[in-house]
Amino acid sequence: MDMVQLILAAAISGGTSLLFAVLGGILNEKAGVINLGTEGIMLIGAVISAIFYLQTENLFVTFLVMLVASGLLGLLHAFLCITIRANQIVSGLAVTLFGTGLSAYLGKSVAGVPIPVSIPKIEPSLLDSIPFLSIFSELDIFIWMSIALSIILYLYMYKTSWGLHLKAVGDNPSTSDAMGISVTAFRYFHVVVGAMLMGVAGFYLIMVYSPNWIEGMTSGRGWIAIALIIFARWNPIYALFGAYFFGGLDSLGFRMQIYNFDIPSYFLKMIPYLATILVLMFSGWKNRHKPSIEPKSLGNPYFREQRF
Amino acid sequence: MSQKSSYEHISVDLKVDNRKPRMVPYKFEYNPHKKGGWWVPLLSIFVALIICAVFILLNGMNPIIIYTKMFQGAFGSSFGISETIVKAIPLLLCGLGVAIAYRIAIWNIGAEGQFLLGAIGATAVTIFLPDLPGALYIPLMLIMGIAAGAIWGLFTALPRTYFQVNELITSLMLNYVALLLLNYLVYEAWRDPAGFNFAGTTEFTPYQMLANIGRTRLHIGLVFALFAVAVLAFMLTKTRWGYELKLLGANPIAAKNAGIKMNKHILIVMMISGGLAGFAGAIEVSGVAGRLMYGISPGYGYTAIIVAWLAKLNPWAMIMTSLFIGGLIVGGYSVQSMGLPLSFSSMLQGAILFCLISGEMISGYRLKKIN
Repeated sequence: MDMVQLILAAAISGGTSLLFAVLGGILNEKAGVINLGTEGIMLIGAVISAIFYLQTENLFVTFLVMLVASGLLGLLHAFLCITIRANQIVSGLAVTLFGTGLSAYLGKSVAGVPIPVSIPKIEPSLLDSIPFLSIFSELDIFIWMSIALSIILYLYMYKTSWGLHLKAVGDNPSTSDAMGISVTAFRYFHVVVGAMLMGVAGFYLIMVYSPNWIEGMTSGRGWIAIALIIFARWNPIYALFGAYFFGGLDSLGFRMQIYNFDIPSYFLKMIPYLATILVLMFSGWKNRHKPSIEPKSLGNPYFREQRF
Repeated sequence: MSQKSSYEHISVDLKVDNRKPRMVPYKFEYNPHKKGGWWVPLLSIFVALIICAVFILLNGMNPIIIYTKMFQGAFGSSFGISETIVKAIPLLLCGLGVAIAYRIAIWNIGAEGQFLLGAIGATAVTIFLPDLPGALYIPLMLIMGIAAGAIWGLFTALPRTYFQVNELITSLMLNYVALLLLNYLVYEAWRDPAGFNFAGTTEFTPYQMLANIGRTRLHIGLVFALFAVAVLAFMLTKTRWGYELKLLGANPIAAKNAGIKMNKHILIVMMISGGLAGFAGAIEVSGVAGRLMYGISPGYGYTAIIVAWLAKLNPWAMIMTSLFIGGLIVGGYSVQSMGLPLSFSSMLQGAILFCLISGEMISGYRLKKIN
């Protein structure tokens, strides 16, 4: 494999975890709920996967338990934001703080233990014969799942009536309530499913990307995912490319270290963080004259009795 | 309800169906004016302690013993109390910093990075100006710390005002950048050549250290922090600027129509916010650590968010809440020997924040009899 293929492969494997988290975030925000708990939920997803896989050695059971755990955190956030109508930003920060603390607390016994896992790969033998596409034969099933998921979510959000209802709930909850859509049910469902996807992001991170638990191992990926939601303009297909772009940047620093550039590794590790800010600045500047396409009631709780 | 009910007295029916006769002739009524009260933070702390007790039990330990031990560790001896205050000083300053930003809904979660830059700025004085007259060091170090923190805060504010970039993301990304910069300095550029494997700079000379109070580890930074509280409280309540901030926080559209410039205020507030965190960093290196070193902040910038919210963004109340959270950290250290990991106290902090924000809203409900 040549250099371009190597970078592409690294971008895909580094970006897949981000992609799951971004898709989860898009579902949350489309329903009108900001979820800043991404980092915490990813960490919980990762630590639960590590603990249960080391116990059971069963990938399927681990996956299910992880979904339940991250879904519960999502449920907590949903309860605070939708039923209690607390400040969504502070609630998300609390999820992250609590998740970070709890994951470190739970993961103390499995810290640094290598996880002997092999994720099944789909090997399309057809692709092997085509020279450039041969990297695709290296991809595991979760990468295919994430690609399929972004297409499915795109179709769901833009081509089905449920997707339109979702847009209505995020843009104008009182109108959708009048239409007979249950705003509360819609928001709960999407926040919990979104949180589960963030959990999958943590699962992928620990099962494939770096298979042993380290405290705070997401190192800001959850926050980069939140930035990517804006960068992707709430569109799952753009999210796919955005995630791979950042996955590539993430591994770029690592690769440059191997080629022995004369830059201290500390500065190379800053690349993804600085790039996030620069990319957001660029997209803010580029879209400065366009109307904001952010869901219009993002961050506002819906209070039925306050319709006027 | 009466005919002329305004939307400020809104009744929430937990049972949706009104046609059936009610089993319980009561309903919950929500009134935002009755929200809150001094007992909400106390009750939230209590509930959070109970929630975390469950996790202690799961770990096979007795929560009552753990909590008693934590309390004794933090407030049970003069050493514990002085340690608690030492931890409360940076929390108080960072808390003041984030609170002023939250008052106008600028979500600065970058106090951690601004704190680190303040520590780096203060240390830079000792590294680059080794031959200054002794008395000049402390003022110069503190000023450099404030300036470095303020500039780091400006890096968060400028993308927000000119490129519509969400300040939450920028400020958090800059935390990671600041942490990597700190690690580069303490491991490579400024590392003490005589320090063997210790990741830190050369120790400061006595002229570069803040004076201690008595024979404790308590330092004069306490006075600076309390002074900052008084100045900020005065500015927020007694000046035109403070009034403009209040208006911006309460109703940005009305503020805009009244001719208050949002962008100008964001820049100023973020500089003050970053400056206060930077001040905390400068005080921490010159008052406690005595050098710049790896892990100079055990997450003060993040913990400050809780300090600020527990105090409902009120500068005076933050003296109490920073002492409480400082005690929590010191107490957390003292139960570490019993096998409870240090991450327990950050878990407890998260739980307190959950209970606090939900308690705030729930406290607005009153049980009311239906006629």
